[in-house]
Amino acid sequence: MHLYNLTLQPPTATPQAIVGNFSGARQQEIITSHGTRLELLRPDPQTGKMATVIATDVFGSIRSLAAFRLTGGTKDYAIVGSDSGRIVILDYDPKTSSFVKLHQETYGKSGARRIVPGQYLATDPKGRSVMISSMEKTKLVYILNRDAAANLTISSPLEAHKANAIIHHIVGLDVGFENPMFAALEVDYTESDQDHTGQAFQNTEKMLTYYELDLGLNHVVRKWSEPTDRRANLLVQVPGGQLASSDRFDGPSGVLVCCEDHIIYRHMDARQHRVPIPRRKHPLEDPNRSIIIVTAVMHKMKGAFFFLLQSEDGDLYKVTIEHEEEEVRALKIKYFDTVPVASSLCILKSGFLFVAAEFGNHYLYQFQKLGDDDNEPEYSSTSYPSFGMSNPGAPLPHAYFRPRPLENLVVADEIESIEPIIDSKVLNVLPNSDAPQIFAACGRGARSTFRTLRHGLEVEESVSSELPGIPNAVWTTKRKEDDEYDSYIILSFVNGTLVLSIGETIEEVQDTGFLSSAPTLAVQQIGADALLQVHPQGIRHVLADRRVNEWRVPPGKTIVSATTNKRQVVVALSSAELVYFELDLDGQLNEYQDRKAMGSTVLALSIAEVPEGRQRTPFLAVGCEDQTVRIISLDPETTLEAISLQALTAPASSICIADMLDASINKTQPTMFVNIGLQNGVLLRTVLDPINGQLTDTRTRFLGTRPIRLIRVQIQRNPAILALSSRSWLNYTHQNLMHFTPLIFENFDYAWSFSAELSPEGLIGITGSTLRIFQIPKLGTKLKQDSMPLSYTPRKFITHPTNHYFYMIEGDHRVTGPDAAASKLDELRKQGQIIDDEVVDLPPEVFGRPKAPAGTWASCIRIIDPIEAKTVAVIPLDCNESAFSIAVVPFSARGGELHLVVGTAADTLISPRSCSSGFLRTYKFTDDGANLEFQHKTETDDVPLALLGFQGRLLAGVGKALRIYEIGKKKLLRKVENKSFASAIISLNTQGSRILVGDMQESVSFAVFKPPENRLLIFADDTQPRWVTAVAMVDYNTIAVGDRFGNVFVNRLDSKVSDQVDDDPTGAGILHEKGQLMGAPHKTKMLAHFHIGDMITSIHKVSLVAGGREILLYTCLHGTIGILVPFVSKEDVDFISTLEQHMRTEQSSLVGRDQLSWRGYYVPVKAVVDGDLCETFARLPAPKQSNIAAELDRTVGEVLKKLEQLRTTTSGF
Amino acid sequence: MSSELRYTANTQLEHLHARYTGTGHADLSKYDWVTHQHRDTLASIVGHPTLTSFLAIADGESKGRVKFEMTEKMLQPCGPPPRKDED
Repeated sequence: MHLYNLTLQPPTATPQAIVGNFSGARQQEIITSHGTRLELLRPDPQTGKMATVIATDVFGSIRSLAAFRLTGGTKDYAIVGSDSGRIVILDYDPKTSSFVKLHQETYGKSGARRIVPGQYLATDPKGRSVMISSMEKTKLVYILNRDAAANLTISSPLEAHKANAIIHHIVGLDVGFENPMFAALEVDYTESDQDHTGQAFQNTEKMLTYYELDLGLNHVVRKWSEPTDRRANLLVQVPGGQLASSDRFDGPSGVLVCCEDHIIYRHMDARQHRVPIPRRKHPLEDPNRSIIIVTAVMHKMKGAFFFLLQSEDGDLYKVTIEHEEEEVRALKIKYFDTVPVASSLCILKSGFLFVAAEFGNHYLYQFQKLGDDDNEPEYSSTSYPSFGMSNPGAPLPHAYFRPRPLENLVVADEIESIEPIIDSKVLNVLPNSDAPQIFAACGRGARSTFRTLRHGLEVEESVSSELPGIPNAVWTTKRKEDDEYDSYIILSFVNGTLVLSIGETIEEVQDTGFLSSAPTLAVQQIGADALLQVHPQGIRHVLADRRVNEWRVPPGKTIVSATTNKRQVVVALSSAELVYFELDLDGQLNEYQDRKAMGSTVLALSIAEVPEGRQRTPFLAVGCEDQTVRIISLDPETTLEAISLQALTAPASSICIADMLDASINKTQPTMFVNIGLQNGVLLRTVLDPINGQLTDTRTRFLGTRPIRLIRVQIQRNPAILALSSRSWLNYTHQNLMHFTPLIFENFDYAWSFSAELSPEGLIGITGSTLRIFQIPKLGTKLKQDSMPLSYTPRKFITHPTNHYFYMIEGDHRVTGPDAAASKLDELRKQGQIIDDEVVDLPPEVFGRPKAPAGTWASCIRIIDPIEAKTVAVIPLDCNESAFSIAVVPFSARGGELHLVVGTAADTLISPRSCSSGFLRTYKFTDDGANLEFQHKTETDDVPLALLGFQGRLLAGVGKALRIYEIGKKKLLRKVENKSFASAIISLNTQGSRILVGDMQESVSFAVFKPPENRLLIFADDTQPRWVTAVAMVDYNTIAVGDRFGNVFVNRLDSKVSDQVDDDPTGAGILHEKGQLMGAPHKTKMLAHFHIGDMITSIHKVSLVAGGREILLYTCLHGTIGILVPFVSKEDVDFISTLEQHMRTEQSSLVGRDQLSWRGYYVPVKAVVDGDLCETFARLPAPKQSNIAAELDRTVGEVLKKLEQLRTTTSGF
Repeated sequence: MSSELRYTANTQLEHLHARYTGTGHADLSKYDWVTHQHRDTLASIVGHPTLTSFLAIADGESKGRVKFEMTEKMLQPCGPPPRKDED
């Protein structure tokens, strides 16, 4: 077995985001890290929308990011700390639209290790140095500078280590142009490690330490170290320093130390200021719960600065510092607004706040005001004795604020993020769909969603109107060449043509010069200001002054097909002749003296647009009935001479020549593609060689069941092709690469570009008798998401064997559910407290549900209709129970009647796992599955984490025990048990009497049920301990498993062992076999292994393309969706593996991680080719491409074709 | 092994231990070993974004809180050290 790994959707989680002028232009951009991917986003200050500029896989794990700018520079660079053991400085090159690695300095081993730096990064605000630090001990300082040629230089590292110190955070201090300083929050464990009484541990202090980089002496000294709050977790830079031009101080310098419940201003030799973090005035708020700040951002404006700090509940606080020169007078904090909890906040100078949410969709907010003059209570350090530091060990009295909807911010844009995917299913439930959909349970807490993912581009309809008849074609046209927008919509019917003018309203017009009594074949704005209509009887050339020049077809003939551009017109007559016209310099349309006889009826014609600065396009493509496409010259020297011919498998239905940019073929110039749509629904895409006119590099694709119609359109001012069959597809260029994606919309019979004031980038299409105007808002996305809200974090969901509903379990830890909250509120009311209903009723999606101590749960069972994407029923769980597993079981004791069994547990604690009691709740389906009827509840001794229907009974993994239950009248009855699993059973799969048991820490075991002896026996297991997260059965003996550390692997059981076990009627053979390596008597063999870098949460064996091969599709926690494709031939394996080898040497990782060691992070890669790496072949410079291709004995086109084929034939993407 | 060699090997080893925190040696006590293991694990949870997310989702806490608590735990992950035998 050899697999090809391909990512269909890259991760969408954003652990970090930084802002800066990375392209060196005036505009600010945001770089986000997606864990294993870097993305550059550009917010448009006018529209407030974010657009992706580039996104690149880095083949490594990004742990920290920082932006910096050299003194006096205008361009920001990005520093990346990763698991490569190297510090990397990246520069965004706007010319090539790519990240360029400027420096890569190795300092340690690879891997996210405790003492290898990479976890924290801090830069000097003046861009003179950077500190990179690990979790413990190690800190390195690099000096950044310019050389004579103004290139960025980096020094060798200076050490600022402190042994036995755990580092919580580091930050660069703003000291102006004095020696750069860094502050670190450190805890020394030397003493607590020695003292057995635990006293030293109690007395351990958290130190705020300043490290000064002495630029003159070129070394780092520990300048100052003072204890601070023991529960401090975050440092924030405070502006400081003096400008050379003025003697005014920017700020007091120093740091904000964010601690549990408090914020402290701190600086060397300066007075401390402390304020409490205000907490919500919510009746259910636990006053003993502590709050920490999870992320912070400082923003400098002219002469002022402020901080936005975000608490773990999502509340933003505005913190300001009143200072006189370098002396702080007061530290003030007030509530600002509440937004989703972020992993990073970025403030843009244009007045936007980017919130990279830690789970779920990311947001761009626009500042409406800065909360300067509102009634929000402000807490100042001056209101407390000694500025809040009179007794640093004791907390300050609680401060409160009243949460409210957004007041200072307004949402400008939302960036969809599917992360975290907790469970998924792949199946086709939607009517009229030939490809399966991916259903994903995503999100965390009250922001959770259930999403339906479909392959295709989202279409936004703006106008839909009914027409009097059924048109067969539609065009739009401008009146003059330099018009900005279209003026007319032309609709062709069987017996006439209708012209509509586009203005304030769209209405019919008569006096346009178009012939309305005949159908139309083509419409073109020709020359400077003329229009052209081709109809079966002739060509009308409508001049600007409404004079009409008409060319009539010879009697007895008609025009069957036509193609036009700004200067050329070609028509095909029913007599299989071609007539060619060209516009002369006076704007006259002249017929070429000869007509070209084709010898076979012409079905389709196409010419490209006139290239910029040229008179004509030199090629005409003609599709004939004899199943050929011919390329004919339009060059004045060789007019209408045939150049080349290509045979087809079916007659062409439509041809379209378009010049489109595809960087994989030509980096600088558009390539001329001849797209040929066949009557059997197959599309051929060939490249037309501009020199000899030959057709090369043919790629085929099946689009649908109807004959294809191809239309050249404009998408974002670039040429694109709409291909209409039983589905509509769009072929377009995005980020310099060609994409081919279906549109998720009704089928079109015909379509055309549409540009008007309201919809400058639109398209117009007809379906039946309906005219639709629409846009494609999100180019580049491959999956369209439709989401539906959920109440709590989804845990699992399953399908029903007969109906189409999904049954989902949801549960949230440390949360008060609505019922529990209501009863508590009632109690409070009874005690006479006044409840602020407005605060209680705030939407939980934004504000979250009231927090509760560990061991409190809110949970429910939800029935979802996936077709309508709506909730059918919700069954809340009471008694602090939370659901962990779910299964549909046909109990044979009840005649095979289907029951839903939900495994729950009460008062569950996560670590160490415990519960007061586990339960198996049994439900009957009512209303055809739309509702559930509670039957009974069976107690268990541990949390049931996995359930499965098995041979008419229930198979349950309850903690370490695997059991079979039979249904009884009042309870489920335990029949068989095997308790020899290592930690906890988290997944179950079965086929026949074989059971695959996934253990939380000890990989997957093969067990078998032997009914004669009523035994559950483990007969095989794995040689490696694996922290299993998802298991799929590939076949009877083979499993694909994902583990917690981001690996996916395939294990297989020897078929001899398999047969032997199956042939043993009682299982006595297995029972008496000697265990191997302290485990089962047999071991599975690992066939393939690969590190994905994202934790797999579900694996499915599916076929994504109608009639295509079965592949493995996996979904991951951070939003990755990928596939593993088995290779079909040895040649393919050799070819792609060799290509991968070449790519490894050519394409070095942006973070400096070796690709082979990244993919073999924990276990060496085995029998899996990294498709993502191979696909970067398309982005390589042309000489490198041809070198690699030559080594492989192929042409570049063949390599690209192979890669595309691997992708499209298996996934359709 | 000659005594001289043993002497140099030892100093080298000590140097290496000082340099690479967490490296074990023949006389490592169970407590030290397990403490190193836990510190490594906790650092790895903070260092791998997916592991942090996983814990945050399971426990219903924010990622920031998970990272903070994990880092805090690194101070003494396995309780106080055992009493040393006085000799």
